[in-house]
Amino acid sequence: MSTDTTMLAQQFDDAAQQRDASALGMWVFLATEALFLGVLFAGYTVCRVRFPEAFAAGSRHTDMLLGTIETAVLLTSSCAVALALRDVQLGGRRIAVWLLLLTAALGLGFLVMHGFEYYSEYREGLMPGIHYTQQGPLAAPMQLFFCLYYFITGFHSLHVGIGVILLLVMARRTHRAQFNAQYCTPLELSALYWHLVDIVWIFVYPLVYLVGRAG
Amino acid sequence: MIALSPPQASSVAGSVDTLFDVMLALTGTVSVAVFVVMIVFCVKYRRRSHADRSNANQTRLGVEIAWTVLPFLMFMALFGWSISLWSRMRTPPADAAPIYVVAKQWMWKVQHPGGQREIDSLHVPLGQPIRLVMTSQDVIHSFYVPAFRQKQDVLPGRYTQLWFTATREGDYPLLCSQYCGTDHARMTGTVTVMKPADYARWLQAHAGQGLAEQGAERFRRFGCSGCHDSQSGVHAPDLDGLYGSTVPLADGSQVRADDRYIHDSIMLPRKQVAAGYAPIMPSYSGRIGEDDVLALIAYIKSRRTAMEAAREQH
Amino acid sequence: MNSIEHAPLPRSYLDDGHSLRSWLLTHDHKRIAILYALAITFFFFLGGFAALLIRLELITPAGDMLTADEYNKAFTFHGVVMVWFFLIPSIPATLGNFLLPMMIGARDMAFPRLNLFSWYLYMIGGLFTLAMLVLGGVDTGWTFYTPFSTMFSNGHVMLTVVGVFVVGFSSILTGINFIATTHSMRAPGMTWLRLPLFVWAMYAVALVMVLATPVLAMTLSLIALERIFGVGIFDPALGGDPLLFQHFFWFYSHPAVYIMILPAMGVVSELITAGARKRIFGYRFMVWAIVGISVVGFLVWGHHMFVAGQSMYASMVFSILSFIIAVPSAIKVFNWTATLYKGRIDFSAPMLYALGFVGLFMLGGMTGIFLAATALDVSLHDTYFVVAHFHYIMVGGSVMAYLGGIHFWWPKVTGRLYSQAWARFAAILMFFGFNLTFFPQYLLGYEGMPRRYHEYLPQFQVLNILSSAGASILAVSYLLPLVYLGWSLRYGARSGPNPWRAKGLEWLADSPPPTHNFEVTPVVTDGPYAYEDA
Repeated sequence: MSTDTTMLAQQFDDAAQQRDASALGMWVFLATEALFLGVLFAGYTVCRVRFPEAFAAGSRHTDMLLGTIETAVLLTSSCAVALALRDVQLGGRRIAVWLLLLTAALGLGFLVMHGFEYYSEYREGLMPGIHYTQQGPLAAPMQLFFCLYYFITGFHSLHVGIGVILLLVMARRTHRAQFNAQYCTPLELSALYWHLVDIVWIFVYPLVYLVGRAG
Repeated sequence: MIALSPPQASSVAGSVDTLFDVMLALTGTVSVAVFVVMIVFCVKYRRRSHADRSNANQTRLGVEIAWTVLPFLMFMALFGWSISLWSRMRTPPADAAPIYVVAKQWMWKVQHPGGQREIDSLHVPLGQPIRLVMTSQDVIHSFYVPAFRQKQDVLPGRYTQLWFTATREGDYPLLCSQYCGTDHARMTGTVTVMKPADYARWLQAHAGQGLAEQGAERFRRFGCSGCHDSQSGVHAPDLDGLYGSTVPLADGSQVRADDRYIHDSIMLPRKQVAAGYAPIMPSYSGRIGEDDVLALIAYIKSRRTAMEAAREQH
Repeated sequence: MNSIEHAPLPRSYLDDGHSLRSWLLTHDHKRIAILYALAITFFFFLGGFAALLIRLELITPAGDMLTADEYNKAFTFHGVVMVWFFLIPSIPATLGNFLLPMMIGARDMAFPRLNLFSWYLYMIGGLFTLAMLVLGGVDTGWTFYTPFSTMFSNGHVMLTVVGVFVVGFSSILTGINFIATTHSMRAPGMTWLRLPLFVWAMYAVALVMVLATPVLAMTLSLIALERIFGVGIFDPALGGDPLLFQHFFWFYSHPAVYIMILPAMGVVSELITAGARKRIFGYRFMVWAIVGISVVGFLVWGHHMFVAGQSMYASMVFSILSFIIAVPSAIKVFNWTATLYKGRIDFSAPMLYALGFVGLFMLGGMTGIFLAATALDVSLHDTYFVVAHFHYIMVGGSVMAYLGGIHFWWPKVTGRLYSQAWARFAAILMFFGFNLTFFPQYLLGYEGMPRRYHEYLPQFQVLNILSSAGASILAVSYLLPLVYLGWSLRYGARSGPNPWRAKGLEWLADSPPPTHNFEVTPVVTDGPYAYEDA
């Protein structure tokens, strides 16, 4: 009970109300995230309908191997954060801290791999507006693909970056025993956020890496 | 409102104004009624009045439903009327004569099929349906003639069309109604409606090289003929009879060779590649103007007519 | 009961610290509302100044006072500031912030720190906009149509876009806060169908903010990147589609119109019931109308594009939906009128504002039907008819309601009474000034004067002069409240907790309320507007 009340902000009557409000706030925030990405996916759809071949060709320029590894890494990290949350809810602490650190590390790994991808794409001259050396039939509309590619993956990576920082903070707070089975709302919400980052990638991965490779 | 309205100078103007007046009468009646009721209530039930106030807080479901359903029905009727008039306004008759319009910051360039060119003015004959095929060289503009009750945005990279039949002689303002930068307010001109005989004389007096001939000249100058000539060694589509035909594309789909297809084939050649041809056509985007493209389209169109004429002789 | 006891705080929120720090770091929703009110008042007069320049320029047909570029920058600045820095935050961020927790019997918002943070975001966005102004302005119009904004404009598009982007986040966070607060902070007994309509309006508006604003933010980012790198998905030279931008933009900006008008409807429902001392007529219909407007509001954006080149079938669908959304608006007008029936009407200043609102909103809404009709929109689109229409909704509607709300809750917010005579005079002056300004614009549009014209044909001059004359009256009526409300802060008589004898939980607290609003959490046993003494 004592931890309950120390964590209770003055505007709330009880812990349950506080938890409800926070969880609802997070879900609403995730809904806005869906609309942020909705614009990009809608733009992607419109452009791809106009230039299906350019999009397929653009997709063939991406690094499917790295993309697939990145997918695996993110999915693993999402599992790790779920396990960490479960551990805390069951009263654990040490394992949770390590799992959170693992999640953050995987997220960081994802960013590093993406950095390598961007670098090699830069060297190949696949960056519209910065360094774009593609010639040949589909060069112009392929720029649309790459504009969207950088915007979508960049926007996603930004979320991964924010998530990594968030997870590190949560690891620290877990380490300091600020969460327990009764109160772990911030950890829960951070995990929720991380799952969103993961789910978004599930959509991005086929749109970017797989379209040009089917059939 | 009649006195304030701009002159009705097109075949649809009268119908548009009728719809406007009917809607004005309907909404005006409702508005006045609500105002009157409000004022009556305000006076009758002012704080110090002794009016009867028994059962004041009753809500009557029937009343609510009535004023939900009645406006709804009224709106649906207006929608039906408006949409049928509108589809007439948007669908040019088959015999409409084309005139080409290129908008650029901040002028209207008009090309008649006979090669007559105008800037910031448009001459049209009375009683003949006219179809304007329009595109923009830079930003979005909008072709607006209040007297015709017609308006259409003019976009870069695609053709939009607007049609009208002028029904009254005279000069009418032509305005750009989509904000397009510094001199947006000066992107104006005049539409002159003339008797057909006067119009024929005007065409005669301003006749230059026909648009198709201009296109033929450009066809050589821009090097199109280097590949698209029948003697050329390059494997490029033959343009005779292309216009209006159905073109199979490399991706397996089909497209009708209309103005837009030919425009995009010149400006964005990779968008739709004809089946059986290597995508080697260079893009002319940024190298030639939209008025040049219109001339080229007219030329390609004329090669269709030339072929058909030949076929008819056989 | 919980172990925490909130000792009754004798001090009002205004006396809970007088330092600048106590204001700038406050978590109190009421103080944050005051911070917002100050900021949006500043931006309102800044945007109003731009309007003044526009109206002065348009007195003569020739472009003789401002250059074309200056004129374009003036109307762009007017639009950007009035839409994003005044109208959208106006009622939600000030009255909503102040009243939402009080009306549902809560001590504060669900996320007070987030609330303060959104004010700072608003201010940062505002600073970008001021920087844009100082450095020379921007000339894209508030609609940022591509490819003009991406490839052709020489103004400070980036600064403007960043400013709007940041302020968009402020409105998203406000929306999240409102939703969570309405869901989880209601006092015992405050069921959904006992919520005052103002709360319903805030809730609906929060949903729209949360679901529409991200689309704007993303679209503006796409514009920004297209400007920086010179390539982007709206670029027709690459095969991109400038119409796609318009779809995205209006997907936000049409619902944004409802962000502006729904709160006004909420305010007016409170004002009319209090002024007529009656329950609202058809409470449930009013609730469903609010919900209906906010949902269908997401599906009508294409009516801004009837002549833009979208497909005919798309236009048909958007046209019919635009007609349909007029139905709930009509229901609201009828219900407000019916609320007057058998009331005991007191013509205080807030009531005058509310009645003015109903009249002007109705005229604005009626002319909206003309624009929903595709056949008429073809000639009326992008003319002064449209300008007049949306000013009737946004200025005649939202601004009237905002000022009415300010007058109604002023005693609650400040604990002071103001001069009724002056306030009534200002309300009436505003009504007439407004009509003189904007009614001639309907006629101008009908005659065919396009909007955003720096010069115009000489036959439009008479109506333009009328409009400019009206604008000067309107300006006076906006400045007047500054004077007498400011005066009341120091010299006004002290107000009791409930000077209007109005219902609603906010009137149970002291005026001005204590920091935590209620000494004891109120228990609700009846629906809103329980005026039984009529």
